[in-house]
Amino acid sequence: MSTSARPSVAAPTSTPTRAPVGGPPLRRDPNDVRPHGARWWREIGWRHVVGVVAIVYALVPVLYVLSASFNPIGSVSSTSLIPTDFSFTHYESLFTNPNRPYARWYLNTILVAAVVVTAQVFFSAMAAYAFSRFRFRGRRGGLLTLLLIQMFPQFLAVVALFQLFSEVGKVVPALGLDTLLGYIVLLMGGSLGQVWLIKGFFDSVPKELDEAAKIDGAGHAQVYFQIILPLVRPILAVTGLLAFVSVIGEFLLASIFLRQTAVKTLAVGMYTVLDGDRSNNLGWFAAAAVLASIPVVALFQYLQKYIVGGITAGAVKG
Amino acid sequence: MSHTTQTHPPARTARPARGGGTTRPLPLLVKVLGLGIVAALAVLVTPPLIAQQRWGFLGVFWGVVALLAAVYATKRAVPAKYLVPGVLFLSLLVVYPILMTFQLSTTNYGDGTRTPKEVTISRIIASAAFQGDNARRFTLEVGTTGTVDTGPYTFFLVDQASGDAYAGTEDGLEPLPTDATVTDGRVTDVPGYTMLTKQQINRLSQSGGPLAGFTVPTGESSVITAQGFQAVELTSPLVYDQATDSFTDTRTGDVYTPQRVGDRSYFTDANGARLSSQSWGESIGLDNYKRIFTDATISKNFLGIFAWTVLFAVASVGLSFLLGLVLAVTLNDARMRGQKLYRSILLLPYAIPGFISLMVWSSFYNTDFGLFNELLGTHVNWLGSTALARIAVILTNLWMGFPYMFLVCTGALQAVPSELKEAASIDGASGFTQFRKVTFPLVLVAVAPLLVASFAFNFNNFNAIQLLTEGGPFSASDPTAGGTDILISFTYRLAFGTSAQQIGFASAISVILFILTGVLAAIQFRGTRVLEDVN
Repeated sequence: MSTSARPSVAAPTSTPTRAPVGGPPLRRDPNDVRPHGARWWREIGWRHVVGVVAIVYALVPVLYVLSASFNPIGSVSSTSLIPTDFSFTHYESLFTNPNRPYARWYLNTILVAAVVVTAQVFFSAMAAYAFSRFRFRGRRGGLLTLLLIQMFPQFLAVVALFQLFSEVGKVVPALGLDTLLGYIVLLMGGSLGQVWLIKGFFDSVPKELDEAAKIDGAGHAQVYFQIILPLVRPILAVTGLLAFVSVIGEFLLASIFLRQTAVKTLAVGMYTVLDGDRSNNLGWFAAAAVLASIPVVALFQYLQKYIVGGITAGAVKG
Repeated sequence: MSHTTQTHPPARTARPARGGGTTRPLPLLVKVLGLGIVAALAVLVTPPLIAQQRWGFLGVFWGVVALLAAVYATKRAVPAKYLVPGVLFLSLLVVYPILMTFQLSTTNYGDGTRTPKEVTISRIIASAAFQGDNARRFTLEVGTTGTVDTGPYTFFLVDQASGDAYAGTEDGLEPLPTDATVTDGRVTDVPGYTMLTKQQINRLSQSGGPLAGFTVPTGESSVITAQGFQAVELTSPLVYDQATDSFTDTRTGDVYTPQRVGDRSYFTDANGARLSSQSWGESIGLDNYKRIFTDATISKNFLGIFAWTVLFAVASVGLSFLLGLVLAVTLNDARMRGQKLYRSILLLPYAIPGFISLMVWSSFYNTDFGLFNELLGTHVNWLGSTALARIAVILTNLWMGFPYMFLVCTGALQAVPSELKEAASIDGASGFTQFRKVTFPLVLVAVAPLLVASFAFNFNNFNAIQLLTEGGPFSASDPTAGGTDILISFTYRLAFGTSAQQIGFASAISVILFILTGVLAAIQFRGTRVLEDVN
């Protein structure tokens, strides 16, 4: 397969690629000389003032948490924005208290997120391929039904889901309440959550590519796995990241389904600890928050330019 | 394109496999393995399902197996091969629960009404029963086909006089399965059942436990009930008559018939005296919905919460859009240095997992040591009054939401053709007029669908309320509806809160939430015109 025919997969993300998220501004007039002095203040300088104020607003809570996580005194009354003392006590306490198995919760969260996100992206991409490449009866109706169902968050049916899984648990205990497997299966309900987004990108891959491959003797599965999927890999990564964020932030269902300490995810586990004693657990919580946030924030920064395209295409973060 | 003329097949395929490629070894292996695993799982769960007479679950499991086999073992229905897994999950875990919510909303299911009517009847009989002179006594063992903590349970009984052995459930008494082992007058092992230890029986029989009040009906007015680790047959003066749906007390001749009070029924005599305080689960039609709009307290709560839900969503979206737009316009100047840095930092509140930010903010509002009181030198209970708590919730949500709006608006601003702005300048429009007349309308058109989506999201933004205020503050008189409760957090408390659970009623509110969400969806559809663009 010739790679020179690689289509522009970024077509639907044209907004983000044009966005000067990084790199030099695109529409600068070459004759424009940057203003100086009073004119600079009037035209540019005040923008920096606003920008700095915005940054302070965005950063204060972040700095507060960082500071609290390094401040060796556990209670908050001693926490200020600038740490007066510095220690890793709270970080150590994350891994030493068996009543708050932070590492376990972290692993639980990663496990749930990994399985659910993989399944969601995989199944969504499969369905998107069917909707993008095949013409079959009920296709339009199916797409619209999907869009309609997607409007209703799964957790609105929480009461019924709870009943359903407590019944299932009586028959197949491994799938019941208080099991990670049950919770994972529950979240699989969102398996088609990204179909519309991904279909948009599939549509932008020229059909000539498939046809060419089919003439070469490829079956529909080969076209999908060996041609289309590799082309939209960055999109799948962003879709996965958005799904990942919504899975790790899922609190409503987790708080009902995962009640035993050993099966909790970070969201419910950390909430239980913080809610238990807000004055004395803040140091623990802050350290937990920092460690939980770092990978997500890093991924966001790394995938920044794609994310803008992803969210403007309709995904809303939870 | 040169490769379209290529005629030889790719090296990895043995021969052209156009209709599905099942002849190649790898896909075939994947299919066989996948189908095999699913079928094996179904086989594995079949015996317990049959033992517990869960025909619905059984049908679903094997239906799934049949569907998967039909789709993947044949070469037909190619699109279905790509759609079936996701559609299955969606149907079973989203669509079915939605329908089940509708069904539950027409029942009175909840604390005090969990048992079906037949079970309540046999419990009422048992509670009035006494041990007759010739009462049968049994040795007792308890087994379960499910889990130890949830059942379903079976009493294994051996008659101490005759030695006859039985298996008793809340449906009645049956002979012991022939493959069971009886040692020293006790049933010690029954295939397919987990036998409970004495400690487990003790624990589960405590008040409120699943074995408390467990009775095996043996006749119209006789039941077997546990007494310690033995069981005894009791006869009751109460006789239940199916035809008239009434109890007769054989000692006094009093007749008790079901009378509905609120959403539950009790057996009551002609004078209004209740035979028992036990009720049961039953269908009550649309009474839950009537209750929302006719019960004075509930409808006041409901309407208040609804109004705040709308206000909360509007304020969250409106304010974060405003702030995001102002920042986007300000920072979107090509001559500015450090734009990349500004964006990276402003992305932070969006990148930090939402549940963490919410918990952090909730500690900012703390009276004794929160950041706000610290900075302001005050000692205010920010979440103690409804008005302040609402402001706190919106302020927090503004911080959570403005980076998203900033990103979205920046994207939309950059999509505005510069020719339009230039044309406006030539026509003499000042900077602000140009923004108001040209840029802003274009940005608004671009982001309107996202604003509606964001509104719909915040309308059901459970985390923002639960993690910040848990719906509070609550008035002393009414612990069910708090000052910052939105509909979804209100529903959550009704169904899973610490006070008596009202599953049926909570479902009715869920259904109303479904309808409201549907209306929002319709608006969104109109706005995005997505219905016309499907291709």
